[in-house]
Amino acid sequence: MIPAAFDYQVADSADAAVAALVSHGDEAKLLAGGHSLIPLMRFRLATPAVLVDIGRLSDLSYITDAGDHIAIGALTRHRDLETSELLGAQAPLMAAVAGQVGDPQVRHRGTLGGSLAHGDPASDLPAALLACGGSLVARGPNGDRTIDAADFFTGFLETALAADEMLTEIRVPKAAGIGWSFQKFNRRAQDWAIVGAAVQLGDAPKVALINMGSVPMRSAAVEAALASGAAASDAASVAGDGAEPPEDLNGDAEYRRHLARVLVGRGIEEAQS
Amino acid sequence: MKVEMTVNGESRSADVEPRTLLVHFLRDDLGLTGTNIGCDTSSCGACTVHIDGESVKSCTVLAVQADGADVTTIEGLAGGGELHPMQEAFMECHGLQCGYCTPGMVMAATSLLSENPDVDEAGVREGLEGNLCRCTGYHNIVKAVLSVGGDGS
Ligand SMILES: Cc1cc2nc3c(=O)[nH]c(=O)nc-3n(C[C@H](O)[C@H](O)[C@H](O)COP(=O)(O)OP(=O)(O)OC[C@H]3O[C@@H](n4cnc5c(N)ncnc54)[C@H](O)[C@@H]3O)c2cc1C
Ligand code: FES
Ligand code: FES
Repeated sequence: MIPAAFDYQVADSADAAVAALVSHGDEAKLLAGGHSLIPLMRFRLATPAVLVDIGRLSDLSYITDAGDHIAIGALTRHRDLETSELLGAQAPLMAAVAGQVGDPQVRHRGTLGGSLAHGDPASDLPAALLACGGSLVARGPNGDRTIDAADFFTGFLETALAADEMLTEIRVPKAAGIGWSFQKFNRRAQDWAIVGAAVQLGDAPKVALINMGSVPMRSAAVEAALASGAAASDAASVAGDGAEPPEDLNGDAEYRRHLARVLVGRGIEEAQS
Repeated sequence: MKVEMTVNGESRSADVEPRTLLVHFLRDDLGLTGTNIGCDTSSCGACTVHIDGESVKSCTVLAVQADGADVTTIEGLAGGGELHPMQEAFMECHGLQCGYCTPGMVMAATSLLSENPDVDEAGVREGLEGNLCRCTGYHNIVKAVLSVGGDGS
């Protein structure tokens, strides 16, 4: 299927992209790798009047050592995250999760900023960033602001970004030597997670859940249990508490709560080993 | 809108609507019908081509996004009257039956080997997870790839 017609503009800088968003308002959408937006447009679930292509902003594709954190340009592709030695050494959870997204063709096009801005509760990288305790830099007409990952995902496919803001950078605290695990459960190769869990230990252990509600989320109950020294199995037993996961052909809510308990248990055990 | 790109080594240009998908540009504007379309959901990989040497699903890229890029399709793989070794291998190992998935499989497989020349069998299976085949059961496709490169060759 073919998207509805739109005007196409190429942005030659982040500021130009923001200016285009300001002048077109809700009519415009940024286009990064296009691997969430183009499928939606093909089904006419999204019909933006203007597409502002930021995919050519190569100066926003980078992975650099910024002291206490790794700074990642919003236009960095999953493939570049997956293969980065720096990221693999300093924030191994992010690199490992990027390597689990979709398939190689998807990873050659999709970007970190696009995946986060899309805010799909079924996607992998939002959970990874939550478990890493990362933050995001958004540029708007009045300059840059930093948003904690924990405050970024606000509703189903909704984020804290304003209509005239663009993500420019993602910051991931260094975590070399800290235990982590990523558990993605699906039935067929290439599929999205039916349920998934990202775990990173350390001083403040973090556990994020995939596809367990309308937003990418952390499990406060599991984190509290871990912080109070609970054993892996006890902490995992509360992983589904309070969650209202979606129901579909792959499973109902109770099945997903069961999966969350199993996957979080495996994740904590792997991260501790 | 005018787009210009190198396709199989030749500079090609055309006027397209911005909403034109790369796969339609290749098939309908350039007549390169070796690249197939097998789904509406970006899942099957039949449309896989290379952009700047890397495998992509051309049904999920706009032609305007590939403006200025170097695109290779299945038609561009053979050279000087000789099949590409991967095409030979698919033939030798019986890596196809109906052949519908084959152009995409071959393009995904050549991209995989260029990124990971020492790939093992599990890596080939994972590396081709974006390509669906309804006929072969994949086994002979994996054999074909490993006969060209990876740790099997
Ligand atoms: C077949 C297939 C399988 C997939 N499997 C998985 C999977 O298993 N796990 C998974 O997590 N994901 C999966 N994905 C999604 C993939 O990871 C997408 O690449 C990613 O979600 C979106 O990134 P993008 O760069 O392609 O964004 P786009 O599609 O270009 O944009 C997505 C949204 O974000 C906005 N946006 C993009 N960049 C910015 C920015 N810098 N600032 C503000 N807004 C921005 C756009 O306006 C749009 O609304 C899959 C996709 C496909 C096609
Ligand atoms: S036609 Fe199926 S993935 Fe492109
Ligand atoms: S050979 Fe028929 S789909 Fe693969």
